Amino acid sequence: MTETLLSIENLHVGFKIYEGRLSVLNGVQMTVRTGERVGLVGEAGCGKTTSMKCVLKILPSPPGEITAGRILFHGKDILTMGTREMQHIRGSGISMIFQDPTAALNPVFTIGDQLTSVIKYGSRESLSKKEIYIRAVGALREVQLPDPERIFNNYPVQLSGGMRQRVSVAMALATEPELLIADEPTTSLDVTIQDQVLRLLNGLVEQHETSVIFITHSLGVVREMADWVYVMYAGNIIEGARKEELFTNPLHPYTHGLMNALPKLTGGGIAEGIPGRIPEYIDPPTGCRFHPRCPRAMEGCSKSLPPITHTSDDHDVACFLYGGESSE
Amino acid sequence: MVQNALLERRLESLKKNWYKFSKNPVSVVGLFFVLAVSFVAIFAPYISPYPMHAGRYVNFTEASQGPSLKHLCGTDVFGRDILSRIFFGFRYSLMMGAVVLSLVVIPGVVLGLIAGYYRGTWIDTVIMRVTDVFLAVPPLILALAICSVLTPSVFHAMMAVSLMWWPWYTRLVYGLSSSLRNEFFVQAAEVTGASRSHILFREILPNCVSSIFTKMSLDMGWVILIGSALSFVGLGAQPPTPDLGTMVADGAKYLPDQWWIAIFPALAIMITVLGFNLIGDGFRDLFALEDV
Amino acid sequence: MSDKLLEVDKLQKFFITSQGTVRAVDEVSFSIVGGETLGLVGESGSGKSTVAYTVVGLHSPTSGRILFEGKDISKSVFKRPKELKKSIQIVFQDPGTSLNSRRTIQQILELPLKVHRLGDSHDRKERVVELLERVELPSDYMYKSPHSLGGGERQMVAIARALATNPQLIILDEPTSALDVSIQAKIINMLIKFQKEMNLSYLFITHDLSLMRNVATRVAIMYLGKICEVAETSEFFASPLHPYTKMLLSSIPVVSEEEEAMKPAKITSEGEIPSPVNVPPGCGFHTRCTVVQGAICSQEIPGMVEVEPGHLVRCHLYPHPYDSDKTGKE
Repeated sequence: MTETLLSIENLHVGFKIYEGRLSVLNGVQMTVRTGERVGLVGEAGCGKTTSMKCVLKILPSPPGEITAGRILFHGKDILTMGTREMQHIRGSGISMIFQDPTAALNPVFTIGDQLTSVIKYGSRESLSKKEIYIRAVGALREVQLPDPERIFNNYPVQLSGGMRQRVSVAMALATEPELLIADEPTTSLDVTIQDQVLRLLNGLVEQHETSVIFITHSLGVVREMADWVYVMYAGNIIEGARKEELFTNPLHPYTHGLMNALPKLTGGGIAEGIPGRIPEYIDPPTGCRFHPRCPRAMEGCSKSLPPITHTSDDHDVACFLYGGESSE
Repeated sequence: MVQNALLERRLESLKKNWYKFSKNPVSVVGLFFVLAVSFVAIFAPYISPYPMHAGRYVNFTEASQGPSLKHLCGTDVFGRDILSRIFFGFRYSLMMGAVVLSLVVIPGVVLGLIAGYYRGTWIDTVIMRVTDVFLAVPPLILALAICSVLTPSVFHAMMAVSLMWWPWYTRLVYGLSSSLRNEFFVQAAEVTGASRSHILFREILPNCVSSIFTKMSLDMGWVILIGSALSFVGLGAQPPTPDLGTMVADGAKYLPDQWWIAIFPALAIMITVLGFNLIGDGFRDLFALEDV
Repeated sequence: MSDKLLEVDKLQKFFITSQGTVRAVDEVSFSIVGGETLGLVGESGSGKSTVAYTVVGLHSPTSGRILFEGKDISKSVFKRPKELKKSIQIVFQDPGTSLNSRRTIQQILELPLKVHRLGDSHDRKERVVELLERVELPSDYMYKSPHSLGGGERQMVAIARALATNPQLIILDEPTSALDVSIQAKIINMLIKFQKEMNLSYLFITHDLSLMRNVATRVAIMYLGKICEVAETSEFFASPLHPYTKMLLSSIPVVSEEEEAMKPAKITSEGEIPSPVNVPPGCGFHTRCTVVQGAICSQEIPGMVEVEPGHLVRCHLYPHPYDSDKTGKE
């Protein structure tokens, strides 16, 4: 019986700039259960990273601000938590891997220094120096880095991109988090190395029984990494389904468009991409934010935001084509 | 019609620039100081209470009087109104800064651009070693040496300061130019066949402007200070020229009893230098590019 | 029956660094005819970008020749005749830095026109509008600065810039790697359209084999400075031969079962890509290869062998060329 570990409810986030206010997140809804691997797919600028920054409460604020919504972790609202409570959650509760391993590692400290400070501050119990060292080297060994004791004393610049990303994974898992957020962890890696890192991540996640939110813009990668996939567009989650269900039966016109636009290994040319462009957040479309580009838009689509419809146990979609009366 | 559209765009751009600059309230304060000082300097003859006190003037009956309604900053030992002399003193300070920077920025920047673009070649070596030589000499000492050899005057002080100021710009721009040189947009221009002068001045230079302007505003403060220091030791402006540094020097003898003779000119220097320093931050924000 | 537009013959480009000599491009030979797209695929350290930059003149070759329309152009861009710079253009991979954010789009697009004196200021402005329309951008974009455009739009401006002088060959260095899928689709389709309209040739560099499948006429795979396999696209994907090619193909994440079926049997990628400063002796791939043939792989560099007409491989598994006597008789 799995319980809900994390639940994002109706999250609204805005950014203040010269031209006015950007309405970036428009009511994001997501859940992650214990032991589940959740994929979050969307194009650049759709709000995936912003949502995750809210979960860890690292959204730069100004100019960003959370205007509505709740984020429940084990049933408690993170957004109302104090600093001390939040510090407990970061590390042993929720941990994060970033896209660019070079930027995530401090170039002037050794891997060992950085790993030990993560373990020291992120662990639930207090540990002796020796215990921390053992854990650190163990973490490096777990991510299949050759000669972990030597790597412990290396600086990030001495390692390749793939190795640095493995170190990031080690740092994120060293505190035994319940939830791991991986933000495009393999986007900057070569294809053959990406394959290795993804397999490693899958293995570790299974072993530690960690839940994962895997953010990517690549549908191919999410198909290998997730059990459940959410598709995001312009600040809204527009579809969520069990992985196999999503790929065999995509419902939302945006998801359709995305899958069509992918170049296929089987050839046949690339279909026309989705016409138009991502909306400006300063003046987003009313109602469903995809309606100006949607080939199947109806009258009610510009009037109100479509609610999430459960078309089946394994499939949710936010689109008036599948339910939810659009208000006249 | 096209003119209107152009004008509109320019206006909009101006408004946006002000928004960016004014995000830093401190810079706005700095701008206020600088504008006030400049205004006073330009209109000194018209707004000073006693403009003739700026030149040769003696009136021992009014000498060494403290601040009063008649003389807001008091009078010095010759009976000259200090406030008026400060107003005129601003002229020399600002002129020092403006002249030095206008002499120094262009050659310094050009040399830096060229040396950075040709990094690794003999051109780079020659330019940067010459720059190193000039940088090795302590600035004030060089200025002192030059001014003692030649007859002391404001003009010679400015020449001396200029001579050892240009290398700083070369070094600043050298760093920027040598890293920008490898950016894709520069390589795209090279592939297209653009001339080297286009690449240096139209592709690389615009990306250095932010750092150059920030440095210039901080430098104004430094140059004014050095100019005042030179006058303080008697190598810059000569009496009876109302130079702020000279005024502080002369007034220092009378501290602490007739404190106003030295303190007010010193405050005037401070406000000017502070104003330029504070603007520097605003410039940096002004030139920053916003990301989408 | 088109003549070879571009011919690269035993090109080598080495860089001397403090860590040693980087053998970025090590005896690479290929050619491109008018109207075709040669896809150059490889990972980090393969040398694909160095090949691109050497062809376009940003590097001068260490040895070997580059021939364009039969003429030897193996020199740096500053030594090339001006005419040539109209004919060969490049689109870089990072839309963020390939356009100067301190210049307007108009200035950026006018530069090639000014350099080659194509028309007066009025003509140039018209041409800028025309170029923007071709890449389906509104003409008032010319007053904007690149940083107010999205990545996809910037890349379209970069393409417009490459088209400004009506070139014959365009080098595209990972033009869509940094972009989202829907924008990539738009740009790729646009590029294909231009190719047909203007009989352009493309040297298309990417690491994305799925993209290659749909864009290239022929595909060449590079590893550590050498080409390991070249073939026509359909032949390439139908029967990949080189072990590295198979490893690459089996590592690609795909979205459908049909695509999974296309991939060769899973060759699990192991090990790091060696640095081009320290190229392993013999066949550069032997340190990660699952079908090493014994000592020969670490001692001798395999030669390029034409296993089928038009399909060349560099691997000790395939030492014999196809027998040209036999074809057509059976």
